Amino acid sequence: MTSEAVLTGEHFINGDEACAEGALAVGCRFFGGYPITPATEVAETMARRLPAVGGIFIQMEDEIASIAAVLGAAWGGAKAMTSTSGPGFSLMMENIGLGLVTETPCVIVNVQRGGPSTGLPTLCSQGDMMQARWGSHGHYEIIAISPSSPQEMFNFTIRAFNLAETFRMPVLVMADEVVGHTLERVTIPPAEEIVVVNRKKPTGSPETYLPYKTDSSFIPVLPDAGDGYKIHVTGLTHDERGYPGMDAKTQETMMTRLIQKVRKNRDQILDYEDYFLDGAEIVIVTYGSSVRPALRAMRGLREDGINVGLLKLNTVWPFAEDLIRKLAKKVEAFVVPEVNFGQISLEVERCSSGQALTHLISHAGGGIHTPQQVVEGVKETLRMLGSKRTKK
Amino acid sequence: MKQKAKVETHRHPKDELLREARMPHIWCPGCGIGSAVSAAITTLKKMGTDYDRLAIVSGIGCTGRVAGYLNLDSFHTTHGRAIPFATGLKLAKPELNVFVFSGDGDLFSIGGNHFMHAARRNIDITIFCVNNMNYGMTGGQVSANTPTGAITTTTPNGNTEIPLNLPSVAAACGAVYVARWLSVDVRRLAQSFHEALIKPGFSFVEVIAPCPTAFGRRNRLGSALEMTKLYNKNSVIRNGVHPDETVIEEGKKMVLGKFVDIQRPTFLEGLSTVSQLKGTMWPQKKVASNS
Ligand SMILES: Cc1ncc(C[n+]2csc(CCOP(=O)(O)OP(=O)(O)O)c2C)c(N)n1
Ligand code: SF4
Ligand SMILES: [Mg+2]
Repeated sequence: MTSEAVLTGEHFINGDEACAEGALAVGCRFFGGYPITPATEVAETMARRLPAVGGIFIQMEDEIASIAAVLGAAWGGAKAMTSTSGPGFSLMMENIGLGLVTETPCVIVNVQRGGPSTGLPTLCSQGDMMQARWGSHGHYEIIAISPSSPQEMFNFTIRAFNLAETFRMPVLVMADEVVGHTLERVTIPPAEEIVVVNRKKPTGSPETYLPYKTDSSFIPVLPDAGDGYKIHVTGLTHDERGYPGMDAKTQETMMTRLIQKVRKNRDQILDYEDYFLDGAEIVIVTYGSSVRPALRAMRGLREDGINVGLLKLNTVWPFAEDLIRKLAKKVEAFVVPEVNFGQISLEVERCSSGQALTHLISHAGGGIHTPQQVVEGVKETLRMLGSKRTKK
Repeated sequence: MKQKAKVETHRHPKDELLREARMPHIWCPGCGIGSAVSAAITTLKKMGTDYDRLAIVSGIGCTGRVAGYLNLDSFHTTHGRAIPFATGLKLAKPELNVFVFSGDGDLFSIGGNHFMHAARRNIDITIFCVNNMNYGMTGGQVSANTPTGAITTTTPNGNTEIPLNLPSVAAACGAVYVARWLSVDVRRLAQSFHEALIKPGFSFVEVIAPCPTAFGRRNRLGSALEMTKLYNKNSVIRNGVHPDETVIEEGKKMVLGKFVDIQRPTFLEGLSTVSQLKGTMWPQKKVASNS
């Protein structure tokens, strides 16, 4: 890796630019994208920086082409990325499914803006969190990461690539306008301190090689095009040879493994930070640009003697099910501030299975919560709990 | 001993390029896709390129299944998106000779936009389009290439739209090699495939192919053999004519031949030129205007 790729030092850049720098630092050498606010600066940074590190930037004709080119580039051996926002994310859905079923490592950044439709192009929302989970047709598991600051745009983009390379699948970076456009200090560490994971390649004889046969990790070891394995890659349901099998058995075998690949490796994928969970009565569950106001609210509430903890989800998909289940037995309530009308809060509610209250603090988009709104939300939760508080 | 001899007589010289484990294929008897694939195999064998340096990308459709049968690194993608997938593959690994094999509906109905832009950019890939004038795979619906008046399941009273003339489209968008041949003319087809595959830049070969099952039957074009004969009789070779003179119309012979064979910098050549100019861009040094 050339030193041009890792701009070690302190920088004053926005989240989109930090995302691009993270990608370059971890070895991304192909970017195919289409301009869209508020993600455009990711593409612009890549257009400026990629040629210097021997990479390819191409502005495609639309987002369908962008994701298709990214998948193709990944099979050409490149670490590849695209970035977009709501309208473009919608267009990418079919090929995200192709990436999942063909087990193609790549990174898709969604800097979320207000929706539906053209919505609020220049303003924030977290409205695509469920689309990230379920937006492509068919049933699947996905990995999605949620940065809450420009520094995390850098760090988490690196992690997104490492997860993509490890698990061989598209990984989503679910940022939002506030995170993408916040301009602040970002520290880029020395190259040798950056963890870089590269996909495993097959080494055995092509004659006996079965591309989609896996060990107990459920992760296939696949070649790039041109490696001599004459691999067949198809979006049709396929067997271990990669050949289509149009029957229920092949579907079951393939689907079960694809689901297991994420579910059984969940502990390796999950990442979160917790604050004052021990003995907390109320836990704020938060991600993305909601994290900062939530943290500030938590501190204020604690100063007032209210026993609030906070769970910051760095990965939103797969969901931290076990953790929420465990917490639900101990805490009275979860408070979930979201810039939507309830998406991650639905997951929290599902996993708490009635053992703790889930209270959504909704923001329609166009901005984020103030710390005061989160404080109010927690106080309202306390009122709702009233005399029902039992776990003290 | 006897056993061994038997096995050998059953191996066709083209088998090495076919995934034998996937036979029998799905195509109907007499379908033009078969002879187009046969021509492609002849070409690939003759070209002498290391098979590991070749990659095929298909979209979805009867023709889209070609990728699955060729014993190469092969990608069966989504409907309409073979070209942008191939674009990414080629740009990430330029040493590969990447070609796309897909249908008229895939490349020009749902995927038309991608064709236009890959040609304009002069991405160094080759496109083989099997034009059977309808959507074969889904049972014979109208495509962007269905002739006016033709009956399909979604134009039960006849198609009222005009078909795209593919050589005109390809030439207008900037393809450096444009040809059209009949699927049955395997010799000329293989020659043309060869020229297209070794040509640097965006090359395009349209293969006019009978789809007896879905298109032929509804339009009373007879059996597969009769349909093949009909296409043969109703076509004429006119190499070098302007692509606009190749429109397929009722009462006129289908014009076959090679229509475009020009040179201009590929996408990657363009990138290396601008990087030598250290970022000095068109129009100062006319980097992108010498086509
Ligand atoms: C997004 C999407 N829409 C529709 C389809 C259904 N579909 C499959 S093949 C096809 C048409 C293929 O026509 P063509 O490319 O001409 O191929 P042919 O079968 O004629 O060779 C359609 C509409 C699909 N697979 N994906
Ligand atoms: S339906 Fe038409 S295009 Fe498809 S295999 Fe049969 S004859 Fe060929
Ligand atoms: Mg067709």
